[in-house]
Amino acid sequence: MTAHLVITVVLVPILASIFTLFCGDMMRRVVCQIAGLTVLGSTCLIAYQTGHSRDVLNIVLSGWEAPLGIRLYLDGLSALLLLTTAIIAVCITFFAEAYFGVKARSGRLTFFWPLWFLVWAALNGLFLSGDVFNLYVTLEIINLAAVAMVALPRTHESLKAALNYLVIAFLGSLSYLFGVAILYTSHGTLDIQLLAELAGIDGPYILAAVLIFIGLMIKTALFPLHFWLPPAHASAPTPVSALLSGLVVTASAYMIIRLGFTVFAPLMHTPLTLLLGVLGGLAVLWGSVHALIQERVKMVVAYSTVAQLGYVFLALPVVVSGSDLAAMVWYGVLYFVICHACAKTAAFLAAGTLINVVKHDRIAQLSGAAQHWPMVFMAFGMAGVNLIGLPPSGGFIGKWLMLQAMINSGQWLLVLILIAGSLLAAGYIFRVLGIALQTSEDSRPPVPAPLQLTLTTMILAVLPLLLGVFSQLPFSLLAVGSPFGALP
Amino acid sequence: MRVFDFWLPLIVPLISMVVGVIIFFLREEQRSLRTFLNIAGAVVKVILVHFMVLGVYQNRFYEFRLPMFGDVEFVLHADPLSLLFAALSSVLWLVTTIYAIGYLEDSPNRSRFFGFFSFCVSATTGIALAGNLITFIIWYELLTLSTYPLVIHRGTTDALQAGRTYLAYTLLGGALVLVAFVWLNSLAGPVDFAERGSLAHVADQYQLQLKIIFGLLIAGLGVKAAMVPLHGWLPSAMVAPAPVSALLHAVAVVKAGAFGLVRVVYDLYGLELCGQLSVMPFLAVLATVTIIYGSLRALFQDDLKRRLAFSTVSQVSYIALGISILGPIATTGGIVHLVHQGLMKITLFFCAGNYAEKLHIHRVSEMDGVGRRMPWTTLSFTLAALGMIGVPPMAGFVSKWYLGSGFVEAGQSWVILVLVASSLLNGAYFLPILYRAWFAQTDDKDTTAISWRLSEIHPGLLWPPLITCLLALLAGLFAGSPASPLFWAEVITAREYGL
Repeated sequence: MTAHLVITVVLVPILASIFTLFCGDMMRRVVCQIAGLTVLGSTCLIAYQTGHSRDVLNIVLSGWEAPLGIRLYLDGLSALLLLTTAIIAVCITFFAEAYFGVKARSGRLTFFWPLWFLVWAALNGLFLSGDVFNLYVTLEIINLAAVAMVALPRTHESLKAALNYLVIAFLGSLSYLFGVAILYTSHGTLDIQLLAELAGIDGPYILAAVLIFIGLMIKTALFPLHFWLPPAHASAPTPVSALLSGLVVTASAYMIIRLGFTVFAPLMHTPLTLLLGVLGGLAVLWGSVHALIQERVKMVVAYSTVAQLGYVFLALPVVVSGSDLAAMVWYGVLYFVICHACAKTAAFLAAGTLINVVKHDRIAQLSGAAQHWPMVFMAFGMAGVNLIGLPPSGGFIGKWLMLQAMINSGQWLLVLILIAGSLLAAGYIFRVLGIALQTSEDSRPPVPAPLQLTLTTMILAVLPLLLGVFSQLPFSLLAVGSPFGALP
Repeated sequence: MRVFDFWLPLIVPLISMVVGVIIFFLREEQRSLRTFLNIAGAVVKVILVHFMVLGVYQNRFYEFRLPMFGDVEFVLHADPLSLLFAALSSVLWLVTTIYAIGYLEDSPNRSRFFGFFSFCVSATTGIALAGNLITFIIWYELLTLSTYPLVIHRGTTDALQAGRTYLAYTLLGGALVLVAFVWLNSLAGPVDFAERGSLAHVADQYQLQLKIIFGLLIAGLGVKAAMVPLHGWLPSAMVAPAPVSALLHAVAVVKAGAFGLVRVVYDLYGLELCGQLSVMPFLAVLATVTIIYGSLRALFQDDLKRRLAFSTVSQVSYIALGISILGPIATTGGIVHLVHQGLMKITLFFCAGNYAEKLHIHRVSEMDGVGRRMPWTTLSFTLAALGMIGVPPMAGFVSKWYLGSGFVEAGQSWVILVLVASSLLNGAYFLPILYRAWFAQTDDKDTTAISWRLSEIHPGLLWPPLITCLLALLAGLFAGSPASPLFWAEVITAREYGL
């Protein structure tokens, strides 16, 4: 039963992608909604069954066993990510429908839909992959489709951003692919579990690790390889920005955690993690400071992504100090990434709703906007609470676990960076909110924000808060098949 | 009944949160519905808290537990100390709501205001009922978030500046508390607040760490309790509308900080451990400096609300001073001052709001003859100010009496000097106001008799200060009766000292 559902969540978006390429406007909308809700329903069932049976599921496609065949692997982590992705994706689908409106009935923007479903299919495939080569293929599909989507408006700015993105994503993939090739030559398999058992620290292994990590660092926009992200994420049409910052970077962050704690687990006890931690810390500070000085809301949110992704690496040096702390980091980072995905999408959607009603997102000219569109800023504020890491959000819990691990191992510098990053985040979030909350002189009757936009934004903004309050269920789901068992 | 006992501590803070959420979705012009929701929420809350007070008095146990992640739990429970604060905030919320409805009658963004106002009170009761530090931190940060929109409610440049200052201070404070707690958690595992402390099992092992953590906690909580040098946000937050200042200064924010200090000293570290670590003199010195410094600054403020703000800085530290002297009578004095100062200070702020609203008077130098024009308001102001100085039979006298005898009993008589100096300073900055209000000659030679009809201002603005002033008077007059704050403070002290 679960096996069929797993196939469904990959297959349905692919079918939707093909359909939306050919069918007319009315039909397209029906297809989008049916596909979206089907996948959402299936992922709910998958998450329920995984949490209920507490078993890890291995699906060998067409009967070819490892080391040759393609193996799909479903544990609690995959199930939770599938579910989060589905919720975010459905919201983005409905948002995009209303956001593009009549513009998307014909012309270039119609290509958004096939590309978008392709990304979704590839994301689901990535979260289910049991081998390093499948991870490569799905990541590559995601990136190519994403580049095409960034280029959709075909303005000078967006083409430039897309080209930069294409080159850098290509470099990242290449580096990753070389790493995979080396692993395959030395061990004769691509399967993650087999590799994790076979791998011992030797020359080729370290080289492969370095290449793979560099590739993933580029894709996760780790400082100093982050320069491509803000322009690409901010210049794209809002639904695209949201899915790039919310979902696409989540995929590569997921790969780092997945590979880092399985195939490359032995390397986690070497100075390599220290380097990653330093870069992560720099990313946190650099991204936050830049977010603080941006003039457009979308740029603020995009730089915030650079900063928030830094936290994924920041806590890694702690892993050396023992498996209890490693477990804390593992849970903390993953929970942080999942909540960040929801909150970041919500923040971008809020910015997009604003653009939809005021036609710009320049912060200086937003004075008094909260009076006219209170719900939009409420959503932005709630997403901001998660980005800052204040309770009762899930981001708080993620940061809490990281903080606990850092303090337990006595890494006070990391503690300082984490706190500084949070305070800077408060700075850039409240800078936008503060200006919007001014009393406006201007009392012209405002255009009300379309309900469909506000509602989808609101749902995603509330979600991280719910994840913060009801954290028990997601944590018990994460524990299924976790390399560390339940949280100590 | 069991089920009810379990859910009650959660329901009490949640009521105002639900009310707040509903209010957000109301349109500006749905005034009567909003008023009804506000008042109904406040009344139900007062009744439920009262119910819990009776229950706890009969040794019932109310506790709500929700596992969060790992071994961390979200715990709300009702002990005498939490109920003291919960009762104070729910009663004063009711009064402030009435005042705010009258005060903000025609101003814009009322739904937003009352929504966050309710959140703020929800957070305050949550802080009161929090059963361990993580729960405390959750509500504590929620309080910061929900008061920020209130501080900047006017939306002017000044207000935004004040809001930024406020956030900078409180978020930093929150971060310190968080670090302290996470550290504590890694040393001692998850611990609940319990009478007489809950860290005894690690006391010998980690003396130094516990001292540093204590310092971090004092610094973090000291921000909200406005202890010098962390008080900077409080006077600048005066740009907020009067009901907000009243709530910030008398109940919600500063008291959350002071209450946090009480919790940390008595229910987290415990008296024994505090004595053993000898951290208390440090707190006592900090409180002394704050008391004197606040009073001195208050002397030189011409803006009425700023003068009151510095007075708050000074008065709240009486609580810290009371708990830092390890003796039961001083403890009683400190804890009861939590309530007494709240009642008196909220009265003063209501009155200041009335002067501004009706007569457009914002400065002390403009207050000549206000007693004639607004006799009832000025009467409340007078009584509350006298109480602040410590004149019997107002509530302030009772607190100061207990603090004073407590210092003698604990053999630390030098602290009495602080008390005397501070009372003199209180007199020096309050009495001139009273003189101006009642006796100063006005230019227009208005010699008609004072009209004592209760019509000087809109009743929604007149009654709240009268009620709170009366409560402060009653708390002083009937301090010996079993329904008084003093009695309750003595119950708390008895439990903390195991008497």
